[in-house]
Amino acid sequence: MQFDSLAEFVAMGGHGLYVWMAYGATLAVLLGSTIALRVARRKQMLELRWAADQQDASTTTETQGTSGA
Amino acid sequence: MTLKELWHKLGSPRWFYHMSTPWVTGFGIAAALLLCTGIVWGLGFAPQDYQQGNSVRIMYVHVPAAMVAQSVYIGMGVAGFVLFVWRMKLADVAIAACLPFGMMLTALALFSGGVWGRPTWGTWWDWDGRTVSTLVMLFLYIGIYALREAIPDVELRGRASALVAVVGTINIPIIKYSVEWWHTLHQPASFTLTAKPTMPPEMYLPLLVMVLGIYCFAGHNILSRMRLEIVRRERGTQWVRELVLPARAAG
Amino acid sequence: MNPKRKSRLYLAVFLLVAVSGTTAALMVAMEQNINMFYPPDQVVDGTAPVERTIRAGGMVKDGSVNRDPDSLAVEFTITDHMGSEFVVAFTGILPDLFREGQGIIVQGELAESGRFQAKEVLAKHDENYMPPELMDMAQEIEAQGAAKSSDPRT
Repeated sequence: MQFDSLAEFVAMGGHGLYVWMAYGATLAVLLGSTIALRVARRKQMLELRWAADQQDASTTTETQGTSGA
Repeated sequence: MTLKELWHKLGSPRWFYHMSTPWVTGFGIAAALLLCTGIVWGLGFAPQDYQQGNSVRIMYVHVPAAMVAQSVYIGMGVAGFVLFVWRMKLADVAIAACLPFGMMLTALALFSGGVWGRPTWGTWWDWDGRTVSTLVMLFLYIGIYALREAIPDVELRGRASALVAVVGTINIPIIKYSVEWWHTLHQPASFTLTAKPTMPPEMYLPLLVMVLGIYCFAGHNILSRMRLEIVRRERGTQWVRELVLPARAAG
Repeated sequence: MNPKRKSRLYLAVFLLVAVSGTTAALMVAMEQNINMFYPPDQVVDGTAPVERTIRAGGMVKDGSVNRDPDSLAVEFTITDHMGSEFVVAFTGILPDLFREGQGIIVQGELAESGRFQAKEVLAKHDENYMPPELMDMAQEIEAQGAAKSSDPRT
């Protein structure tokens, strides 16, 4: 470890503001894009599942199958 | 599989979706491991620089962001070329998938660069060859994004964005070589694949880990977005239905 | 390859070559104006224009830094260690990295007399990164080497 205490680690020898702004932005980009993807994927799955349910419901109530979604 | 067979397979979004599944997972895990290791290493264990002190740690995020932002643009340019000449649908999907992360990485490179420049050069921003051409790259990303939002017709949209993406690739060698052609404020490359590193291993290795980590993250991000779009485009089909409801699809 | 596809290929390649060629031509034509700063030899030999805002750069000459004790005014000499040098006058806060031997870029006006009045001073650093301990070691080794070579006994 290059630092002897948490305070030193945060201070970064006087350059703390700059280092933490850079790393903070990086983490925001990485976490933000991962979360955004997860959310989009879940939303898509739910919508598709709902659409499939609709399709199944309408094919079981009609005697003849409907064509594609 | 020969190259020609691979090329034809790429015409099938469905094939691509299934083929990319292990890659997305692999890239994701690799990215998580590499980035966690790299960030901890760079922030806490790598040494200071004799001149810049601890601000040198910004290099471990700035350099990877810049490198990968350029690579993603090149990938987008290649996809644009393929779309323009061969009208491959997957290429259109690829262009759209590269835009969000490419934009964010470029912005991150500029931001982290400015934050690094303030205590070292003495300024947040300088109109220097490399900084300006990187800013141009950001404008290209934003421009292609705006173009795609503005054009509703899928074919026209694809061709327009492909054209801008391809023509914009000429900016990449300008970014790379500006520091060699001209007397600039921005220093020459700290990280190249061909030359010996200009820093000792204690600094070079965490940088390498971060560069690989961001590449893997980009792979995961871009493939995921492509898959999202493929499913969206093919949502009426049987194979997508099987994805969504594996148990029920048999029935 | 089918003919339509081939013509698209040619069009794409043509566009790429045309734009690259145009850009390359522009850059070569503007070479003089794009040079981001004038190095010391160009400042000294008259290539650098006078009475115009320009950028110049080089290394701070050892022992040339003179600070005014009562103000932020400072004078120093920029050199290329190859025989060319010029004096810079600046009033203001110098960047953290400013020191003797450092690469520096100054922005301001070059007077007829050859003296550079700087409005802005930026520190340039190279791509060589080194931890302080290794730097001390390297400097020690250099010093020992210099001592050995000037030792008349060897």
